[in-house]
Amino acid sequence: MASHAEVVHVHVHTAPTGFIRKYVFSVDHKVIGIQYYLLALFSVFLGMSLSLLMRIHLVWPALHLPFTPGGQMTPEQYLALLTMHGTIMVFMVLTTAPQSGFGNYFLPIQIGAEDMAFPVLNMLSFWTTFVSLLVMVAAFFVSGGAPIGGWTSYPPLSALGEIVGPGQGAGQTLWIVGLAIFCAASLLGAINFITTTIDLRCKGMTLMRMPLTVWAWLITAVLGLLAFGVLLAACALLLLDRSLGTSFFVPGGLVVTDQVITWHKGGSPILWQHLFWFFGHPEVYIAILPGMGVASHLLSTFSRKPIFGYRAMVYAMLSIGFLGFTVWGHHMFISGMSPYSAFAFSLLTMSIGVPSAIKTFNWLGTLWGGQIRFTTSMLFALGFVSLFVSGGLSGLFLAQPAIDLYLHDTYYVVAHFHLIMGVAAIFGIFAATYFWFPKMFGRFLNERIGKVHFWLTFIGVYSIFMPMHFLGIAGHPRRYADLTGVQYLNGLIPVQRFISIAAFITIGSQLLFLFNFLWSLWGGKKATEMNPWEATTLAWSIPSPPPFDNFAGHIPTVYRGPYEFAVPGARQDYVPQQLTPAEVATGEVSSGPTVKA
Amino acid sequence: MRKRKACKGSTPIAAAFAVVLVALTVITTYLFVAKTWWFPPAITDVGHEIDAQFMRTLWITGIIFILAQLGLAWVIFRYRGRGRDQRASHFEGNAGMEIAWTIATVTLFVGLGLYGQDAWAKVHYQEAGAGALQIEVTAQQFAWNFRYAGPDGKFGRIKPELVSASTGNPVGLDRTDPDGKDDIVSPIIGVPVSREVELVLRSQDVTHSFFVRELRLKQDAVPGMLIHIHFTANQIGDYEIACAELCGLGHYRMRSLLRVMSQVDYDQWLKETAANQ
Repeated sequence: MASHAEVVHVHVHTAPTGFIRKYVFSVDHKVIGIQYYLLALFSVFLGMSLSLLMRIHLVWPALHLPFTPGGQMTPEQYLALLTMHGTIMVFMVLTTAPQSGFGNYFLPIQIGAEDMAFPVLNMLSFWTTFVSLLVMVAAFFVSGGAPIGGWTSYPPLSALGEIVGPGQGAGQTLWIVGLAIFCAASLLGAINFITTTIDLRCKGMTLMRMPLTVWAWLITAVLGLLAFGVLLAACALLLLDRSLGTSFFVPGGLVVTDQVITWHKGGSPILWQHLFWFFGHPEVYIAILPGMGVASHLLSTFSRKPIFGYRAMVYAMLSIGFLGFTVWGHHMFISGMSPYSAFAFSLLTMSIGVPSAIKTFNWLGTLWGGQIRFTTSMLFALGFVSLFVSGGLSGLFLAQPAIDLYLHDTYYVVAHFHLIMGVAAIFGIFAATYFWFPKMFGRFLNERIGKVHFWLTFIGVYSIFMPMHFLGIAGHPRRYADLTGVQYLNGLIPVQRFISIAAFITIGSQLLFLFNFLWSLWGGKKATEMNPWEATTLAWSIPSPPPFDNFAGHIPTVYRGPYEFAVPGARQDYVPQQLTPAEVATGEVSSGPTVKA
Repeated sequence: MRKRKACKGSTPIAAAFAVVLVALTVITTYLFVAKTWWFPPAITDVGHEIDAQFMRTLWITGIIFILAQLGLAWVIFRYRGRGRDQRASHFEGNAGMEIAWTIATVTLFVGLGLYGQDAWAKVHYQEAGAGALQIEVTAQQFAWNFRYAGPDGKFGRIKPELVSASTGNPVGLDRTDPDGKDDIVSPIIGVPVSREVELVLRSQDVTHSFFVRELRLKQDAVPGMLIHIHFTANQIGDYEIACAELCGLGHYRMRSLLRVMSQVDYDQWLKETAANQ
């Protein structure tokens, strides 16, 4: 561990000139962060459009849609929408915005660094991610269309090519290649985050003085480093099975529509599941940990109180990160895997509920005794807590194999992962956006529109996903393109209809956010103050937007922890991290490191 | 410094948030209590045990859900900002409370998990008894076929190259094999009530999953594997079988029927089905 008497400087590049260097091939972590964010913003609207089409088809199947020439949506089109919805949302939104988007922008600033450790690598990571999105989306436009195997892409369905279904030819290949490219980009990003956090903290920024957002980004990066390699390997093996006649995942003796498959032998479909879920489970923690960091950060800031149990919060995130690697088998209780291993995976999964519960207690403890300020970002942070509780508790059912015997692959699972991962993480992204937008762009998002957006979304997502639990309890399997096959689904169609209507309204409400975002970029109220939220971390000691090297050449020194609110005897109810003891005592801020806005 | 009017006006928004959380809690609790959309009744003994474990879990998670959401509602309302001049309380944590609720949570969650292992053990650790009725289940895109060993009690050979749905041999049965001469293949599965049944699951092409709600039973049918599961149905009736693992475009319509009959009716059914081979 390097001591921090000697501050390590990243290579300080001169300010870029010209449009291409400034906004396209920029090595500035702030520009790259925004690029990732915009990629995620595009992807989330694409992902929502796909799910909207799915919801419309399920309950109004007779409707002719624009891309279904000559008739209704076919089952394979539905499954293609489903596959791409899941893939795009998990990878291009939930793995991108919270970590690569906000993490890239604010990690260096929050630790007092001028940029990431490897700025050029950072730029390459973004453009590689961009290419992976292009390759993915291209799957829609090739012969056969996008793949139909779900985002989990289980072989043999994903390995045997077009004989097992439309979209399983070129579409599936592009999907796998796009995903592999994404894995490579993520690995590069993870290396950058870890190196930056360990090596580039400014003087006084000990590990236990880092904002919880930084801890979250660090742990997420470690998870990414260890998990994405496995997915990359799995993708490679699957491509080999598809194109070079290997049989990692495909056994012999298969017959597809009366045709014997003679070119495979000895593989195991379950092997893919182990590899995929060994990645897949840490992946869901990659999706949620940054949101937890943001929630902690905002709950403290807008309760005007220190976070309750900072150390416990750090240990809880570390536990979640570690345990997250041991529970992958809970996706496989029904898979044909040894039932004895199910016992082990079950207990480990129940255990991972413990640090999550601790974090929830501590969030409530942070609010307790506070002076809560209901900014839009705080509303989303509060909503995050509620959604995390709801989504987390349903996991306790699925973690028990005897109960999973029934609930596996039903809408109960869809409800669970949307609440705990999809929606909670999205709320973390919204909270972060409303909070950091003024710093990033020098203008505020409109708070009034923001609050309407919050209420419609919060009530909307519960209206969509709470009823899904009951669909699952009634035995409604997931990934069904049509509700007229299995007869016992008839009684559940009214519930599906309610969900579709709720989805329509909720997705429509997101246009409010999009409008607010785009309009505020140029017409929002200007953020003339450096610290409008009266926050304590280093981002709020620099102008909005920050200069290209963040601190205008004056790296700060940190004198205290990140959540010094309501300190007894202090003149104000918050004490920023970078104020010297003298400045705190006299109330006079020296001309110091920051340039006046 | 800029005057912030958010604090004084925070009562309406705090109240609104609390009301929404209370409404969420009440509606959700009501739906779980009313059981408007719920499990169909279980028809096996182990199914009842699974239901009991579900209810145990529901009680515990339900209480936590109610306390947490209402707790959140309460702190939001109680500690709404009263003005910029008001200070929050300053405490950074409480080690005693951390330890206490960590121990409580571990005990509750792990305890609940251990309690539920009994039902799992009954389903999977114990094999079917020697006298169980063996039925082979073949899953394919997009149909189920069930094979009985016939009077000789032995299953005949299966050959992939003999599979032909169009000529009435969906599972690829080798009729030249003496053991296979009397095998019975049926698109629905009939079983006698209160008799232990052992299913041997296999798949011809991709991974499927055999799911019957009333049995509280689900098992993937994995290509390249023969997976044994067992059950004893104690109620006569027809129960729908659904596929529960995405298997292609026909996944949603890959259904069949489990018919639980009296011994007499079962024997009759089997005879009729054999006659139609």
